[in-house]
Amino acid sequence: MEQKVVKRELEEPATDQLLSIEDLQVSFHTYAGEVHAVRGVTYSVEQGGSLAVVGESGCGKTVTVQAVMRLTPIPPGEIKGGKIIFNGKDILSLTEREMQSIRGKEIGMIFQDPMTGLNPTMTVGNQIAEAIIKHQRVSKHEAMERAIEMLNLVEIPNPRVRASQYPHQFSGGMRQRAMIAIALACAPVLLIADEPTTSLDVTIQSQILDLLQNLQDRLGMTIVLITHNLGVVARLARNLVVMYAGKVVERGTSWDIFYEPAHPYTEALLQAVPRLDRPSRMELASIPGAPPDLFEPPQGCAFAPRCNYCMKICMEYDATPIKVSDSHHVSCWLHHEANPNPLPKELQKGGGKRD
Amino acid sequence: MTDQIALKVDNLKKYFRVEKRKILKAVDDVSFEVRKGEVLGIVGESGCGKTTVGRTVARLYEPTDGRIIFDGQDITDTPEKDLLWFRRKLQMIFQDPYASLDPRMTVGEIVGEPLDVHGLASGQERTDKIHYLLEIVGLSREHANRFPHEFSGGQRQRIGIARALAVDPEFIIADEPISSLDVSIQAQVVNLLTKLQEERDLSFMFIAHDLSMVRHISHRVAVMYLGKIAEIAPSERIYEWPLHPYTKALMSANPIPDPVIETSRTRISLPGEVPSPINPPPGCRFAGRCPQVHDRCKEEDPYLKEIERDHWVSCFLY
Repeated sequence: MEQKVVKRELEEPATDQLLSIEDLQVSFHTYAGEVHAVRGVTYSVEQGGSLAVVGESGCGKTVTVQAVMRLTPIPPGEIKGGKIIFNGKDILSLTEREMQSIRGKEIGMIFQDPMTGLNPTMTVGNQIAEAIIKHQRVSKHEAMERAIEMLNLVEIPNPRVRASQYPHQFSGGMRQRAMIAIALACAPVLLIADEPTTSLDVTIQSQILDLLQNLQDRLGMTIVLITHNLGVVARLARNLVVMYAGKVVERGTSWDIFYEPAHPYTEALLQAVPRLDRPSRMELASIPGAPPDLFEPPQGCAFAPRCNYCMKICMEYDATPIKVSDSHHVSCWLHHEANPNPLPKELQKGGGKRD
Repeated sequence: MTDQIALKVDNLKKYFRVEKRKILKAVDDVSFEVRKGEVLGIVGESGCGKTTVGRTVARLYEPTDGRIIFDGQDITDTPEKDLLWFRRKLQMIFQDPYASLDPRMTVGEIVGEPLDVHGLASGQERTDKIHYLLEIVGLSREHANRFPHEFSGGQRQRIGIARALAVDPEFIIADEPISSLDVSIQAQVVNLLTKLQEERDLSFMFIAHDLSMVRHISHRVAVMYLGKIAEIAPSERIYEWPLHPYTKALMSANPIPDPVIETSRTRISLPGEVPSPINPPPGCRFAGRCPQVHDRCKEEDPYLKEIERDHWVSCFLY
């Protein structure tokens, strides 16, 4: 049953891309030198779709979306190259003024920490109304009414009372709901959620994920979800991008990534999490070592030193994306047609857990 | 694992006074045992009192009421000066590897300090022991002369583990030891802890909010909610047959990295949030959010009942 649902996704022709990022490169200049945080990232998300960007801290997932919102602090940051096309507009060439009409209005964003994302000196209602007044010609009163509607939309009880309260009177989960209300106040076409549930307890996380899913179904929004939690991804996203050391190592549908991972890093990551539906106290598959230093990014594949299947070429040249199927691309030499060795069983198509 | 009891906690309470007339009941009447060589996991959401239990048992907080029996000795009221033996037998590993290491001390000094405090080694013997400790946690002896800021989060957590092991403890309390680490590094640290636990037959209290990780590492799991134990059972059992409505909800909220399971399973969603532990209402602490609440739950406090061998639950449904 579920299999069919995912399959249908696979066969759908690619529709218009709402956001596409091409070969984006972002660096930060620090006292210690230049950090190559994002080193040629390419991904896109179609209108009405949901995309999850997965990776561990420092892999460049947040830096990438900051660049999309043009929130990269410059200096020390520098966009060294690449293109970001949103809704037909070249984001990187817009003026700050033009950008302001996109931020909040066409692209909404929610952040990891709802306490620092809200202004402690303003009532929650005013903060939502502020976003509405900024982008639409409405009276203060009307904006406040809309703010209360938004609080209702994100399922905050007693919205009228809550609108006149300050962030410190809200609990963590409620604050995150308020953040979502602000992000959605002007009905953006794209919502970027950067680790929206990381600081929340599991039962609250579950509530927020339900809410996001509901809102997407009802409003037809496009969502880019950034997270390190594979469980959250499994629940919410249809398409996935896996990042490592400033690059995309694999992208595909959630079916491709979870059941037929093609990159050794993805495979290892999936094996490294303990699962409630597996026996306990088994040794977890761990990835030896640590991610590379991005002051001096490695010449070859960044994962090579930690990879079980590392070959000579991996240390010298970085792999470019190789097509595994129409929906599935991987940057790994193992999948190159010139690789004479058979693929490791774990990385073969259909060799994984699908049966 | 034997049937000998390493730690016995009876009716432990820890209250904090906040403002004038308000009392925060962080831990309210909690009893459990940890057997020798056993890993007891304590799981719960923020504010459930899991950290306070750990810290009170380690006598970092003074217990308000109840008894703590460690290795057959009652240490509840023992003055600090007579606790040195206890401090040697019981060690802690903390959550934040950035905050729990003194930035002005070298790694060698950090790991060696407990040896000095307990007068366990000096001179060459001390140096050898430090090198040995660094090596068993997967660092190298060259690291002894470096400072904490030169290490990554996972490596710092290894330093914290080496320090805890320096005095050859019998009992370790690990409070969220992996929550600040990345997935691939978490697996490394968990494997290390499991290996050390087995090799040295350590007794362990493993405190965390991540249910799947707690279940993975523990022999038994205690689920806490608002200062009380809701359920305590062998870790396989608690997954196969959770009884308390809160355990069920916690289990179902925990996302599983498998899209087919995730998109098809039915979830119990809990309304609202954890209430404040300041002046909690009478009756079961979970009554306000419980999908199976009865009138009785709002008046009477349930107590832990043994439903099957080793499986205890605090709920009127059973």
